[in-house]
Amino acid sequence: MVSAGEVWTALGEIADPEIPVISLVELGVVRDVDVEGDRVSVTLTPTFLGCPALDAMRRALEAKIVSLGGEPVVTVERGDAWTSDRITPAGREKLRAAGFAPPAPRDTSAPRLVQLQANRCRCPYCGSSETRLENLFGPTPCRSIRYCESCRQPFEQFKTL
Amino acid sequence: MSERVRILLELADDDLVVGWRDSEWTGIAPTLEEDVAFSSIAQNEIGHARAAYELAAAELGTTADELAFDRAPEEYRCSPLVELRLLDWAHTIARRCLYEEADRARIEALMASDDPELASLARKIDREEAYHRMHAELWAERLRDEPRFQQALAELRPYVDGDRSSRTAEFRQLWDEMTSVRRSEPGAEW
Repeated sequence: MVSAGEVWTALGEIADPEIPVISLVELGVVRDVDVEGDRVSVTLTPTFLGCPALDAMRRALEAKIVSLGGEPVVTVERGDAWTSDRITPAGREKLRAAGFAPPAPRDTSAPRLVQLQANRCRCPYCGSSETRLENLFGPTPCRSIRYCESCRQPFEQFKTL
Repeated sequence: MSERVRILLELADDDLVVGWRDSEWTGIAPTLEEDVAFSSIAQNEIGHARAAYELAAAELGTTADELAFDRAPEEYRCSPLVELRLLDWAHTIARRCLYEEADRARIEALMASDDPELASLARKIDREEAYHRMHAELWAERLRDEPRFQQALAELRPYVDGDRSSRTAEFRQLWDEMTSVRRSEPGAEW
């Protein structure tokens, strides 16, 4: 029989399907692990509800549990459990190193346009804060596009959610 | 049909259909940024539809796919605003603005619901919609003095509270397209 700790460690090896530098555990989308005999129950919380990688994530979690000899029960929880604050400090560093600005911490109110336009989020390439919002939307629902005026590099920022 | 299912199906049908309509700009939007924005918004709206269909499906003993694609056209409960096939940018942006405004009122009401599942889903949707609202806000500001945009808003506004019980001819065409895979391959999954 596998322990919950061993399951967490193993799930920590699964790369996010769209940003493979970060693991699903670092992304904070694995909410709960519960082991009862052979049955391993995992709760998965999507980043955005429209995330196209959700089914791929679920299959990867199931395959990993099977490889540990467990019987997987993966439940997708579509409520408001996940926020971008759930990305771990190590995960944020890995995002930055891969050229993604990590999300700004979540405020009590929803982000507003003027804030995002004024936000001097640091360029993950050169560290300059002379950056501007280029597009609220990017290649996946969880990313925006910004541009660095200093090193003239476009880059992606994880949205605050 | 319970009141809860009625609310969920109206929300899901609106989001599915508006998502489908928004996705019609993928590849042909006037700028690359808007191509990306409309594709992303469409994907998210359809994600919201899926989540709402799943809650309704659990109560009805069916699946989200069956609710989304296996119903007859007359069983859908979307607003006529989302059914319209809009071919110009002023009308498209006007619909996004009107839709976000109406959707916000509905989501805020659901956030205050006593039903914990509905309230939790509404909070999640609300946080994601903040980005759609900012997009609408940006365009409303940019087109504020543009007569074509003002005219489109005036023209489309009556559709917001339009009759949900009958379907437009434009919806029939959309339904044909939207359900063609499931009709040719019953039970198809992706």
